Amino acid sequence: MGGWAIAVHGGAGVDPNLPQQRQEEAKQLLTRCLNLGISALRSNLPAIDVVELVVRELETDPLFNSGRGSALTAKGTVEMEASIMDGCGRRCGAVSGVTTVKNPVSLARLVMERSPHSYLAFSGAEEFARLQGVEVVDNEYFITEENVGMLKLAKEANTIVFDYRIPALGLETCSAVVESPIQMNGLPISVYAPETVGCVVVDSQGRCAAATSTGGLMNKMTGRIGDSPLIGAGTYACNLCGVSCTGEGEAIIRGTLAREVAAVMEYKGLGLQEAVDFVVKERLDEGKAGLIAVSSKGEVACGFNTTGMFRGCATEDGFMEVGIWD
Amino acid sequence: MGWAIALHGGAGDIPLSLPPERRQPREAALRHCLQVGVDSLKAQKSPLDVVELVVRELENNPHFNAGRGSVLTTEGTIEMEACIMDGKTKKCGAVSGLTTVVNAISLARVVMEKTPHIYLAFDGAEKFAREQGLETVESSHFITPENIERLKHAKEANRVQIDYTQPVEKETPTVDGDSQIGTVGCVAVDNDGNLAAATSTGGLVNKMVGRIGDTPIIGAGTYANNLCAVSATGKGEAIIRGTVARDVAALMEFKGLSLKEAAAYVVEECVPRGNAGLVAVSAKGELTMAFNTTGMFRAAATEDGYTEIAIWP
Repeated sequence: MGGWAIAVHGGAGVDPNLPQQRQEEAKQLLTRCLNLGISALRSNLPAIDVVELVVRELETDPLFNSGRGSALTAKGTVEMEASIMDGCGRRCGAVSGVTTVKNPVSLARLVMERSPHSYLAFSGAEEFARLQGVEVVDNEYFITEENVGMLKLAKEANTIVFDYRIPALGLETCSAVVESPIQMNGLPISVYAPETVGCVVVDSQGRCAAATSTGGLMNKMTGRIGDSPLIGAGTYACNLCGVSCTGEGEAIIRGTLAREVAAVMEYKGLGLQEAVDFVVKERLDEGKAGLIAVSSKGEVACGFNTTGMFRGCATEDGFMEVGIWD
Repeated sequence: MGWAIALHGGAGDIPLSLPPERRQPREAALRHCLQVGVDSLKAQKSPLDVVELVVRELENNPHFNAGRGSVLTTEGTIEMEACIMDGKTKKCGAVSGLTTVVNAISLARVVMEKTPHIYLAFDGAEKFAREQGLETVESSHFITPENIERLKHAKEANRVQIDYTQPVEKETPTVDGDSQIGTVGCVAVDNDGNLAAATSTGGLVNKMVGRIGDTPIIGAGTYANNLCAVSATGKGEAIIRGTVARDVAALMEFKGLSLKEAAAYVVEECVPRGNAGLVAVSAKGELTMAFNTTGMFRAAATEDGYTEIAIWP
């Protein structure tokens, strides 16, 4: 026990028909990010620095749904959100409605450290970014051709599916080739972009941190906020653990998922894996989500009730694993 | 068992020397809003309807920091937020960054009931409000002379901290304690143990444009499940870190604490002194109002005839 540990994720809810090449690319990215985190930990960087660094890497790479490569709003634009939490003192920072900031997780960190607040959004967040001199680009920078195509498919799927709680009717007439009837957030899994990226770390001093970043739901209404920037829902860290969640935002928010893991450890005395299992099993109702977590004791755990979750984890004693499926 | 209802008009450094002309209208408002809530419960309205109704009344009253009477941002503008949660289904709705919507809590309810989302903010929320035909007015409607004064005082007190590129102390001392007042909220439970919570606010005086507090964050300022319903008030940043509303319920569930014990524990241990207060009711019809600030504008009643309207401990 003890020693550092790190976990990363690139979203829960994966199309079982995802082409092999995409699966490989994802695993390579996760491996690269893990290694980045591991080097940082070996250089004794504190957990809060490591989670930021790793999530920046995930945001910069267009593969997953955050930063460049973010899912698109109904208008075809990008609106990003992120949050970060330092288990030491439970300091936190979050941003939503970010449209020009290259690395939303870093802006969230600046909110935590350089503003009197914990959460800034939309024009206020953008203004703060300029005052802080962070790197900004045009909104087009974040938009990928692939996601433009995905948005079109999502719109087609959504003209049929209005209430995501009702099974989709007439999906056969949709031009999207839907081979599996799996749905998440009202979209067929083939067009649903995994929602989020995240990283949790415990360093060799036992300090935990967590960070989550996303472009949000494909075809979302402008102004829609999901679970990723909400402390206690998508992200949480305290002196016991660090947690980052991904999946159906509504389910994660209602279940205050990230806080839940910490609460059962704190108030019920459960160990990390037990806590993760309990939360995934008992707190998601009909929702679909996944999470990664680390404990101050150097343990790492993940859990999901979705079809797959892009993830990777490593501990100081040499354990390392990158995976997608169960 | 019986129904129970509790509501608040903000916790903060409310000076004991609060002059009658500032105290009486607020007490009268609390009395009036409590009556609205009690009458609706007696008329068998659902707790979800009751909390929305009561919070609408509180929003319309200019003496509290929500709706009309909201505190101002650093630019002298209005940005309102609200949140509502139904304990039975754990469905919830939240809004932030509203500038023209007369009743933020009602928009939050519409988000909950008419969209697959939970949380809408700023332009997107304003647009949605218009699409749904909610009542909107010029932003100036919400601004009161009292709040223009508050902003002025806050800016004077903050004069030494205008440079945000330097690390900033989160605990900003205020000259006029009154300016820390934040939020209105209501929790209710009916005879069948159905619970609901609702919270609404103009936020923190002199806040940065775009600043979101604890009110619209499920588990921080607002929470309801099948055990209890909670609405918190105070310094948003501290309530978020302390996941206040969720923790009251978590302590009841995981540690078997009673409602009263859980609420007391949370205001003692999860947030620094002077930062927060909350009202809560349980599925069994119990109620509690706890705060670690100088005072909290509050009112409560239960079916067996108990009534309370108070400001200080």
